[in-house]
Amino acid sequence: MSSSHRVRVSVDVDGSRYVDDVEPRTLLVHHLRERLGKIGTVVGCDTSNCGSCTVLMGSADGEQHSVKSCSVLAVQADGTAVTTIEGLAGPDGSLHAVQQAFHELHALQCGFCTPGMILSAVDLLRDNPAPTEAEIREGLSGNLCRCTGYQNIIRAVQSAATALQASAEAALPKEATV
Amino acid sequence: MTAVIEPEAAAGEVGAARRRKEDARLITGRTRWTDNVVLPGMLHLAILRSPHASARIVSVDVRPALRQPGVIDAFSGADVADVQGSLPCAWPVTEDIVHPVRPPLADGFVRHHGEAVAVVVARDRDSAVDALEAIEVEYEPLAPVLDLAAAARDEGLVHPDKGTNRSYTWVFDSAQAGTGTDVADAAASAEVTLHRRYIQQRLIPAFMEPRSVVVDPGMGEYTIWSATQIPHILRVFYALLTGVPEHKIRVIAPDVGGGFGGKLQVTPEEMIAFFAARRVQKPVKYTETRGDSMLSAHHGRDQIQDITLTATRDGTLTGVDVKLIANMGAYLGLVGPGVPVLGAFMFNSIYKVPAYRFECTGVFTNTTITDAYRGAGRPEATYAIERAMDDLAAELGVDPVELRRKNWIKAEEFPFTTVAGLVYDSGDYDAATDKALDLFDYAGLRAEQQRRRDSGDPVQLGIGVSTYTEMCGLAPSRLLGALRYAAGGWETASVRVLPTGKVEVVTGTSPHGQGHVTAWSQIVADELGVAFEDVEVLHGDTRTSHKGLDTYGSRSLAVGGVALVEACRKVRDKARVVAAHMLECSPDDIEFTGGAFRVRGTPDASKTLADTAFAVFAAHDLPDGVEATLDADATFDPQTFSFPHGTHLCATLVDTQTGHVGIHRYVAVDDVGKVVNPLIVEGQVHGGVAQGIAQALHEQAVYDDSGTLLTGSFVEYTIPSAADLPQFVTDRTETPATSNPLGVKGVGEAGAIASTPAVVNAIVDALRPYGVDDILMPCTPERVWRAIKRGGAS
Repeated sequence: MSSSHRVRVSVDVDGSRYVDDVEPRTLLVHHLRERLGKIGTVVGCDTSNCGSCTVLMGSADGEQHSVKSCSVLAVQADGTAVTTIEGLAGPDGSLHAVQQAFHELHALQCGFCTPGMILSAVDLLRDNPAPTEAEIREGLSGNLCRCTGYQNIIRAVQSAATALQASAEAALPKEATV
Repeated sequence: MTAVIEPEAAAGEVGAARRRKEDARLITGRTRWTDNVVLPGMLHLAILRSPHASARIVSVDVRPALRQPGVIDAFSGADVADVQGSLPCAWPVTEDIVHPVRPPLADGFVRHHGEAVAVVVARDRDSAVDALEAIEVEYEPLAPVLDLAAAARDEGLVHPDKGTNRSYTWVFDSAQAGTGTDVADAAASAEVTLHRRYIQQRLIPAFMEPRSVVVDPGMGEYTIWSATQIPHILRVFYALLTGVPEHKIRVIAPDVGGGFGGKLQVTPEEMIAFFAARRVQKPVKYTETRGDSMLSAHHGRDQIQDITLTATRDGTLTGVDVKLIANMGAYLGLVGPGVPVLGAFMFNSIYKVPAYRFECTGVFTNTTITDAYRGAGRPEATYAIERAMDDLAAELGVDPVELRRKNWIKAEEFPFTTVAGLVYDSGDYDAATDKALDLFDYAGLRAEQQRRRDSGDPVQLGIGVSTYTEMCGLAPSRLLGALRYAAGGWETASVRVLPTGKVEVVTGTSPHGQGHVTAWSQIVADELGVAFEDVEVLHGDTRTSHKGLDTYGSRSLAVGGVALVEACRKVRDKARVVAAHMLECSPDDIEFTGGAFRVRGTPDASKTLADTAFAVFAAHDLPDGVEATLDADATFDPQTFSFPHGTHLCATLVDTQTGHVGIHRYVAVDDVGKVVNPLIVEGQVHGGVAQGIAQALHEQAVYDDSGTLLTGSFVEYTIPSAADLPQFVTDRTETPATSNPLGVKGVGEAGAIASTPAVVNAIVDALRPYGVDDILMPCTPERVWRAIKRGGAS
């Protein structure tokens, strides 16, 4: 890189800690892709319109929310925990309900926008576990897809919402459900 | 269908809503985009682009860039003038076409904003981009030629040495071709004449994955990864343009993130990366930014369409006369001149037209080149005829559906030779339309429209009709030859049967979202009696798939899928001989039913493909003269196109006070023939309809008066988000194609072809009481509002 100035950045990504010296101008998405090898996260535009680079980011032991990693500097991610599409499935490889629903309902074609779309949907469902169709359309309007016309994405998010609610209810202690 | 598709009780795999094999990788981020490729010693390339639409390059000095940290090489067009040649146009549609030289790196002149001028090769991307600023270029700006109609009149020249902006004029006349009568006679005797000028605005394909290319020069052998739709065609052109022998070039299209025709190109960047890698003898990567992509990746559409319909007073069409001016941009793209010419066969659409004339002039302007974009000539044609049919219906005071019904080819009239000279093999326009009308509640919405008109409701309802057909399955090689296209239209497939009965398929198609791996597995499962999971589909790498003509023009299933069926049937013929030997009977006594080779009349005596595969692998006891393999190849060259058709209906709510257009209901009934995977078909229709709606309502590439592209990012070029689009109701009728053994027609472009006129017809229909008979696309609130105020076309 062309500048000699470097800043130390420590970030937990998909459960592993990475400590690197980075140029201050380095975007989180480039740090993820080019330094950490997290190539599941992609770059689709230069203007934070498309959302292809969306990841979840938060404090190391707290909630994570979706961010467009092209609009976050790597240095801003210092001390945070990040989940990319590569870390969304369970340790045993079991798919997240949103991933499963995208597969079942054919919510992807070329798949380029899919990591960002899935992570935005995960965040949307954490904020609003039972969104209406209009709320899903609005909630995902920061993620562009050129292949699907969005219809199956909406269906997938609705289906994942149902699945997540069912599993949340199943996980509650019996007396809490009555 | 609004309900989720459940796996249907299909007799076999073909027809089942199989979930895609492709997804597992794509939903977990284990993807193989070209930009993911990292090679030892790899360098990065950045491109300096012209800020001018037209200028003479006085000087370029790259030496200051060479002194920047991390820079390995820098060069301009002049530095590679003796090797860079000209980018190819594979479709010179006329003998005397004006075909200017198009160097990958500008040499002497720049002719559009964003044209590549100089490059830097550096150790990393940031160093390369930083060093671009050190390159010194002196331009002498020239007056750009931007207005298409003025360019056609040669008011200012894009290529002064050519003496004209008109690249070609291509004419079809049914009287001369012997396929119909003379439009002049039809005009002379017309009871009703409708003249219209429609504008196809310029669009940008805007695939989500920016283009990327990596060139590894190896030891005289070049391995090239590219985000392309056409790895096979690209390899041929690399060989022709660089002098590197074809067998020393390997092109890989790994995961490719959408194309829509936009990656059907041999690009400046692919050639520049090659020259750079050859100069530095190191792997070189170029990945464009979205801004680069908007400037340099080819655009689509951009036509002025003059159409004249003549008819009798009862609404029977007597003639269609079309004159197009098609914007080529600054140069000719790979198939750019042929795109509007494909439309020549489609302006007559599904109608029985006695007289037809088509004339298209391709014209240069100082803009990015145009070339294939989803539908490529057919959406433009369908838009004009379907807008004109609605306008004619309004003029005659008849229902637009009934006007179409009066003129379209009836189910019992197939095969039908059209006035454009094509033979439509099958179709049932009544069935598709009746189904659509029913799903749409056409009568109910017409009543609602009347209520709103009668009450003076500020929100008016409009209904738009679009019936369409398209030519798919590109294409019969002989016909392509007659149209002066440089390549053929065949497709190829290889089937390899492994010793344990698993099957590898090598296809010449090159999917980038279409789900070929899944659909091809379904076809093989049925043809060979193997499990869906036991089929591997290999594509997109010229080392494993050495032949093919790739994916565009809704051709992959209708041509490549048929090649696959034929290869499977050759495998079956080979296995039948082995099975007969194992079962001690004559091959004539073996039938392939229920996924196995069975002795006729004794179905329990059977062998599976796996049984025969292992017998062939061991080869201990093969019949005399039988070779120890079941593998087979097939190449299929279609004898005719396939002709999907359908009826799309759109209801819009137009707020006459704000100009806002909302889509109230959208129904698409498509007939794409037999369906291999209904889930994939539905997805293709959704995506196509979305892109067509985007043309109608959202998208336009805009240049300012100096030729600067104003829509250079997704901030200004507004592809729709989920919040901008409605639910679509989709359904199908199924009239099998008779021209191929699968009965399939193609579905990739149908939605984009049908939807645009449906939406605009609906807006105009809502506003006819206000004196509006046209609105320029995209029909933004401002344009709609102004049209209402003006009481006429915008």
